[in-house]
Amino acid sequence: MKTFLGIPLARPSESRTAYKSEPGHATTLQGDTGGGHLASEAAHNPTTIPTEPLRWGTSFPEAAQRALSNDQLRHNLGFATKTIRSKRAAVVAEAPDWEDLRDAGSQTKINVLASLPALLEQFERNFTARGGHVHWARDAQEANEIVTRLVKEQDTTEVVKVKSMATQEIGLNEYLAAQGIDAFETDLAELIVQLGDDLPSHILVPAIHRNRAEIKEIFERRMESLPEGMSDAPRELAMAAREHLRKKFLRAKVAISGANFGVAETGTLTVVESEGNGRMCVTLPETLITVMGIEKIIPSFSDYEVFMQLLPRSSTGERMNPYTSMWTGVTPGDGPQNVHVILLDNGRTRALADDVGRAALKCIRCSACLNVCPVYERVGGHAYGSVYPGPIGAILTPQLTGTTGHSDPNASLPFASSLCGACYEACPVKIDIPTLLVYLRNRVAEEDKAKHMPTAWGAAMSAATFVMSDSKRFAAASKGAGALRLMAGKKGYVQNVPLPIIKGWTQSRDLPSAPKETFREWWERTHPDAPQESPLPTDREDNA
Amino acid sequence: MSTARTEILGSIARALDGVPSGIGQGELAEVPRAYRRTSDLLPGSSQVIDILIDRLEDYKAHVHQVSSTDDIPAAVRDILSEASSVVRPAGLPESWLSMLPPSTTVTTDAPRPGSQGLSPYELDAIDAVVTASRVSIADTGTIVLDGQSDQGRRAITLVPDTHVCVVLASQVVHLVPEAVALLDEHPERPLTWISGPSATSDIELNRVEGVHGPRNLHVIIVG
Repeated sequence: MKTFLGIPLARPSESRTAYKSEPGHATTLQGDTGGGHLASEAAHNPTTIPTEPLRWGTSFPEAAQRALSNDQLRHNLGFATKTIRSKRAAVVAEAPDWEDLRDAGSQTKINVLASLPALLEQFERNFTARGGHVHWARDAQEANEIVTRLVKEQDTTEVVKVKSMATQEIGLNEYLAAQGIDAFETDLAELIVQLGDDLPSHILVPAIHRNRAEIKEIFERRMESLPEGMSDAPRELAMAAREHLRKKFLRAKVAISGANFGVAETGTLTVVESEGNGRMCVTLPETLITVMGIEKIIPSFSDYEVFMQLLPRSSTGERMNPYTSMWTGVTPGDGPQNVHVILLDNGRTRALADDVGRAALKCIRCSACLNVCPVYERVGGHAYGSVYPGPIGAILTPQLTGTTGHSDPNASLPFASSLCGACYEACPVKIDIPTLLVYLRNRVAEEDKAKHMPTAWGAAMSAATFVMSDSKRFAAASKGAGALRLMAGKKGYVQNVPLPIIKGWTQSRDLPSAPKETFREWWERTHPDAPQESPLPTDREDNA
Repeated sequence: MSTARTEILGSIARALDGVPSGIGQGELAEVPRAYRRTSDLLPGSSQVIDILIDRLEDYKAHVHQVSSTDDIPAAVRDILSEASSVVRPAGLPESWLSMLPPSTTVTTDAPRPGSQGLSPYELDAIDAVVTASRVSIADTGTIVLDGQSDQGRRAITLVPDTHVCVVLASQVVHLVPEAVALLDEHPERPLTWISGPSATSDIELNRVEGVHGPRNLHVIIVG
């Protein structure tokens, strides 16, 4: 069987539509999202925006294989992720209490998930008391309908948008377009993606896969008036974007944002950003609509003291991002007077119901795990087929959508990892992504087994299943030796990973020659007096 | 009571029902707070000011140090020598703009309580804004505005291309938690945290200062 990264390539690459779970809103963007474009350009590079932003395209192995053949993409990604990694490392090293901050951030988010109903109700009370309106949306469709209704109430056909993962997740722009409403992305990278009829490939820098020459070409094709003789220097391109968006900000009646945090104790919402486009959106229009996942709640205003340190350093590798806006309902005479928030479920309660998998909901969307991931660095964001790519996407996406067995492309996502553990080390809220990946792999295998569908996946997972069928064994194995050991079975031979990972891996890169003995063999040889059954510490500090 | 609300809260309650996590993914517990919540460096001390200046300059803000509030008018005049129009919040001390040349148009935004402020278009035609600030964080080079009358509506510090911001030494703390504790006294106020002029790194990770917010940030540190 043909494999990639050890994952069997068993399914044909067509069946996206088979996974449509609700009325879709497929839109072929043909040159009318940036406002007033040349008609002759309309047919250039049309891209079908996926009906499901959390499940597009083919399975990860197939998409990854295609991505790897794109040299330009690999070069752009390699450069970008290396740059962010070193910036992050420098500012993290500067904070002597970084690990203490991670501990606080992690426990705070655990507490949030455990107390979610009370915190949401508290947030609702406080936001409402300050003149804001709270809406609840069970799924993407419902959220999109609420936004559309609120926009139409303002008698306008255009809105400005702050970069927001939640609104990408629900496919809001495409939905609004189908309703005759233009949604202008105002973050530079989102603008590049939108004008290029493209899809985002990174949580923080969605156009990370584009280089300056490509961006210049997109701007020339899609912007009305460009500065004479504009070069591809980033400064000149950024200034062109400033001019392009300025008039849209000034005339906008409605803005749509996401939220990095919502404070239960006060009803405060927060947007963390760099360019000032966020400030423009949450300040100038009369109406502000915020779409926030229900897990973005933090209990107290004072929790900012942790998260406003963790997020900027992890995300952009800065001590602090240039701009953060915090607003609490309506402030008379200052900013939007018609303020709404939509609390979005869209699969979050499904993820919450899994007492292991729910840890993915601690995520604060910093994207540090993407930048340190050797798989992401090589295949890029599009291969994950979801607006949430990278290691966090691999555990979040399949839980938000649920999976329908191994032929569902999202079922392949937990396999999109070498389990090297770098993501866990980088995560500011200490999500144990490698353990969750292995856990979800097992879940996929179990789902297949339940359907009496013996597959290569199921067989591959059999060794791991023994370990994971008992929570104590699972805990000992995952804590003791890292997630790979789960795959190794009781003998502990890491070479004998029951998935043909090594074969697939070497299709795309060199692998150092295998050691003559396993770690366990080496340990037993060099530590004859050590306990035999547990060569590594059985507990880690963070789980104490 | 919407159906969606009832259903979502019900789903959460069902999801959380049952045995707490058994494999170390975490249970409800007191948040460990071993991180630095207060600093040995006192607010306004020379070490704290030095750190703030270092961070501000690192993010390409222009820093001007003066020894007392009496020096603010001259500093403002020098910084705004090129500006032909300036907007001020109603509560800004009159004297701060007193040395601007007569040729500079000074507009007060929302001069009386209840009066309409300048429109975005009117603000877009103004070169610069001068404001005070609430608190600054040395460790991160961050200035926080909280919308009081000496800082004004959020829009006035956003649309003009130059922001001159006055920071009193006594308002400078070392660490983020020290500033959050102060802001927590009035969490309902609209807050803007500013760390350098607006910037983007969206094109090949090259930092470009000045996108949609003010492209020039001048900080006058007093004392």
